[in-house]
Amino acid sequence: MREITFVEAVREALSQEMRQNEDVFMLGEDIGVYGGAFGVSRGMIEEFGKERIRNTPISEAAISGAAVGAALTGMRPIVELQFSDFITIAMDNLVNQAAKIRYMYGGKGSVPMVLRTPAGSGTGAAAQHSQSLEAWVAHVPGLKVVQPSTASDAKGLLKAAIDDNNPVIFYEHKLLYKTSEHVPEEQYSIPLGQADVKRSGKDVSIIATGIMVHRALEAAEELEKEGVEVEVVDPRTLVPLDTETIINSVKKTGRVIIAHEAVKRGGFGGEIASTIVESEAFDFLDAPIKRFGAASVPIPYNPTLEKATVPSADDLSAAAREVVSYAKQEV
Amino acid sequence: MSNYTVESMDREKLLDLYHQMWLIRFFDEKVDEFFAKGEIHGTTHLAVGQEASAVGSCAVLEPKDKITSTHRGHGHCIAKGADVNLMMAELFGRETGYCKGKGGSMHIADLEQGNLGANGIVGGGFAIAAGAALTSSMKNEGYVVLCFFGDGASNEGSFHEALNLASIWDLPVVFICENNQYGMSGPVKEMTNIEHIAVRADSYGIPGSVADGNDVFEVMDKVDEAVRYAREGNGPSLIECKTYRWKGHSKSDAKKYRTREEEKEWRENDPIKRMREQMIQSSICTEEELKSIKERAKKAVEDSVTFSKESPEPSLSTLLEDVYAD
Repeated sequence: MREITFVEAVREALSQEMRQNEDVFMLGEDIGVYGGAFGVSRGMIEEFGKERIRNTPISEAAISGAAVGAALTGMRPIVELQFSDFITIAMDNLVNQAAKIRYMYGGKGSVPMVLRTPAGSGTGAAAQHSQSLEAWVAHVPGLKVVQPSTASDAKGLLKAAIDDNNPVIFYEHKLLYKTSEHVPEEQYSIPLGQADVKRSGKDVSIIATGIMVHRALEAAEELEKEGVEVEVVDPRTLVPLDTETIINSVKKTGRVIIAHEAVKRGGFGGEIASTIVESEAFDFLDAPIKRFGAASVPIPYNPTLEKATVPSADDLSAAAREVVSYAKQEV
Repeated sequence: MSNYTVESMDREKLLDLYHQMWLIRFFDEKVDEFFAKGEIHGTTHLAVGQEASAVGSCAVLEPKDKITSTHRGHGHCIAKGADVNLMMAELFGRETGYCKGKGGSMHIADLEQGNLGANGIVGGGFAIAAGAALTSSMKNEGYVVLCFFGDGASNEGSFHEALNLASIWDLPVVFICENNQYGMSGPVKEMTNIEHIAVRADSYGIPGSVADGNDVFEVMDKVDEAVRYAREGNGPSLIECKTYRWKGHSKSDAKKYRTREEEKEWRENDPIKRMREQMIQSSICTEEELKSIKERAKKAVEDSVTFSKESPEPSLSTLLEDVYAD
């Protein structure tokens, strides 16, 4: 079976869609002959030409706003925002324009655009090029938010995002770009709002997003040796959120750990924890919910400090040991 | 030089434009009245005194052309063919309004008529207009986008980014600055160090020109030239229409930042009066005809109030509708 990297999977999803839909085009900084800051669009300008692989000036407000205008008038633009930190410059167009147009126009018009953007720490790029700000956009009604953790999920979710008639923010973790796995060659779509149980287990649920899915899987391997069965649930999309899969997992295991790379304070993990305790899963909880996110600091440059900022597999293992020490109650 | 004059223009078209000018004036004055009475809530921004820039600009468009508008957008809406009943109903927050009562004054859009929407964010329309023009260019749709904005918006970063982008991609968009002398309370003379905002066009390698924004004929001339230029694939232009906002910025404005003398001076430079005088002088129509057009506009606005008051409030069940498209 063919294995390709996350970068290749994203590129394949984009290319396959562009081959069959003339309305789909890309715009972003250095996505032309340079191939994008992370090489996602490498070779695409050669295939699709500069009209559809639009290399732009360094103008995140104009790029994002032009995408809104193009989407509103019949195109399906895909913006590559070079680093997710730069969303600050594009924010007005996403939050005040794209997200609200349909509602404030009384259900007229739609903004079918995707904003893809590399996020996360681990590359030594320091405070302004390493953030995970997905909670900002998840907070805004009208936007959808996708955070794939694997190459095959990225391909299917990106197809769904492009086909969606709403603005979708699509996060790609930089450290995942080089990871590879089997990815089907044909086009396929993974519906937005469908979580995936990455590993089944009966003792503790780790609800993890993005890169943390991999740390959770590492922790699960470790715990298996100790006879603890960890279930790893990847929501894959924050908006819409598949609450049912999360709640069912919690009802099964009774113990919950939530992990994301974004800063813990005000992070999306709080939303997941609240969703659990507000649901019927509350009665099934045998231990306090453990929540992991980055320390409340800007991402530092020094590699040791940088690594220490975000949750590790060991953090998750330790938490899993702690929560399984609470006795399981019969419900 | 002037293509659009009373003598050269089609009489029916002229009378229609005159009607539009009065429709805008009466509409905004009526809105002002109902705000004062407390029958319309929220806030609103009136374009009384600025009718010629909206009417003159839209007069040279083809039906397929599009506009983006601003928070002070009722005039643009009307000039682009909006139904005043649906506009007024929106301001009254009714279900029959353009936005089913969910948008209000600052968000009226009429996509069927090519009005991509007013915008509550100053400078919010620049890049959207460029993007709509990009669609026209990529799909060969042949339409031009007019992007209305104020002098205040020209100091937003989005102005620079979007004009540069539109220029390098030769997008069919005309940026129309309605310089009404004040950004809320900020006098344009204090907020920029240039006499004409139009000179900024040079920075983007695009044509820039200044129009007497209270002269509907001059506005038509300048905008027509820019629209043709854009339609032929030459790219964007920047036109600055010098005009004046008779009313305050919004309903809570005590107008302490300007003098009553200045206001009086500009009121004498009334764009409707100027159009009327030219039409009377050239004898293409009678005083009575013009009077009856004015009355017709007045009645249309009065009828829009009746329509609005008779329209239902939106049902609570619509609250959660239309956040996402299917």
